[in-house]
Amino acid sequence: MPENADNFKKPPIVSITDVYQSFGDNQVIKGISFDVAEGEVICIIGPSGSGKSTLLRCINGLVKIDSGSIRVKDMEVHAPHLDKLELRKIVGMVFQQYNLFPHKTALQNIMMAPIHVLKQDAEEVKDRAYGLMRKVRLEGKEDFYPGELSGGQQQRVAIARSLAMNPEVMLFDEVTAALDPETVKEVLVTIRDLAEEGMTCLLVTHEMGFARELADHMYFTDNGVIVEHGPPKVFFDAPEDPRTQEFLSQIL
Amino acid sequence: MFRRNRKRRRPRLNPRHELAVLLPIRPLKANASNADRKFDHLPVARLRAVHLLWLFLIFSASALAAGAQTGAVKPSIAKTILAWTPLLLKGFGFNILISFMSMAIGTVIGSVLGVLQISLLPPVRLASRFLTQFFRNSPWLVLLFYCMFMLPFEITIGELRIPFPDWIKAVIGLSLPVMANVAEIVRGAVNSIPSGQWEASESLAFTRRQQIWLIIMPQCYKRMLPPWMNLYAILTMATVLASIVGVEEVMTLAGQVLAAEGRPELLVPIYSFVLVWFFAYCYPIARWTIRLERKFALNI
Repeated sequence: MPENADNFKKPPIVSITDVYQSFGDNQVIKGISFDVAEGEVICIIGPSGSGKSTLLRCINGLVKIDSGSIRVKDMEVHAPHLDKLELRKIVGMVFQQYNLFPHKTALQNIMMAPIHVLKQDAEEVKDRAYGLMRKVRLEGKEDFYPGELSGGQQQRVAIARSLAMNPEVMLFDEVTAALDPETVKEVLVTIRDLAEEGMTCLLVTHEMGFARELADHMYFTDNGVIVEHGPPKVFFDAPEDPRTQEFLSQIL
Repeated sequence: MFRRNRKRRRPRLNPRHELAVLLPIRPLKANASNADRKFDHLPVARLRAVHLLWLFLIFSASALAAGAQTGAVKPSIAKTILAWTPLLLKGFGFNILISFMSMAIGTVIGSVLGVLQISLLPPVRLASRFLTQFFRNSPWLVLLFYCMFMLPFEITIGELRIPFPDWIKAVIGLSLPVMANVAEIVRGAVNSIPSGQWEASESLAFTRRQQIWLIIMPQCYKRMLPPWMNLYAILTMATVLASIVGVEEVMTLAGQVLAAEGRPELLVPIYSFVLVWFFAYCYPIARWTIRLERKFALNI
């Protein structure tokens, strides 16, 4: 589907306008703007230190921006009196290092946020958590502690934990970068399932094959700006900017 | 919020321990001394069984040497000491009681102070940090004297009179440095939790309070236990300071026994005797601490 048609039909669910961000003197993001429509899958690639992960963290308010605007649905993320709870109910995030809570079992990891944050009924949440474990293909591992699971399994629990909040947008921050090659696939399959169900996904990734197959739109960032973007076919087969060409030639 | 946190309380780890996952299952011999330094914010009580042997040697040697000088009229050193043992033991029990109470009070207040040190409100954070640093860097004896002379001997609330005997003042005086050290233990443990735990729980919409009590603290208890026990052993040994301010604990009683007997040859045996007790009490704690440290070192 051509992206223009998409933009006409649906209002963007995430809208980033002219965002600048810095850590102290270090300017990380130097003016990035793009929109993500509902149900769209966006892949952001680029050399390390180019601000990809920081950008994702800005979207759910983990990192403050210096200027510009990030809107998720009808919320301005960096408005001073934003209800962060509302924002984070809508935006789920999965991290490179899984960050599961090591003192809780897989099932408890999934159940914690709905019970304590959303104050939902424990029995209901439990049923849903079992369902989510099935969804990420980890049936039978419910009572395992994170330390007893492989990296790929932990990452899938982390995805399920995020999904337990019923988010409308999912942010994936290099979720396969810390995994063994043979477990990467099981995580990617889980993400693909999600995307096919219509979840809006923003991925920062180095899995080019996966990005090419799944993404609706590719963004290449370098040094805090978007150097090039486009649908994956055009992006991978005929990159225009020399920086993109160089990066792709190194990684592919 | 996360960003400021990371800047401000980046845990200062020993480079050898930063990647705990990469350490061998059993710490190498060469690393052992380094592992011991892990909880380096406390003076460390490392006791070994061989120390007990030394103490016994000193004790029996001094008793024998003193016994040789004793005339036939006086009872032997060993007999004299044995006769006084019940009294001395009572004094020692008092030391243990003081240590328990100081530890309890210090732990409760210190935990609160430790959590306040990670508050997001700068005034609260700075005030609690100042309090902690102040009491942590004051000599224990000076604090004890302060409490002795600053606290009233009783407090009257309406009709109710609460007496403040000296030993209660000593308990309070000793609980101040304990409080400060516990606060540091708590803060150190919180800082040692990877920042990803904060990030992940924040992105799941946990409030700051929930983050601390549901996610961070439960992971801290194990880490806090060994340094906390170490602190207790140090406190127990410090309870004899109370003798200087006149509390009737084991050292005061030992002094009184010596005065009553009026036999200078008793001096070394009696103090050695007291040393042996402290050793017998603190040594198992120290061993247990080391065991726990080893156990948790890789498994946290």
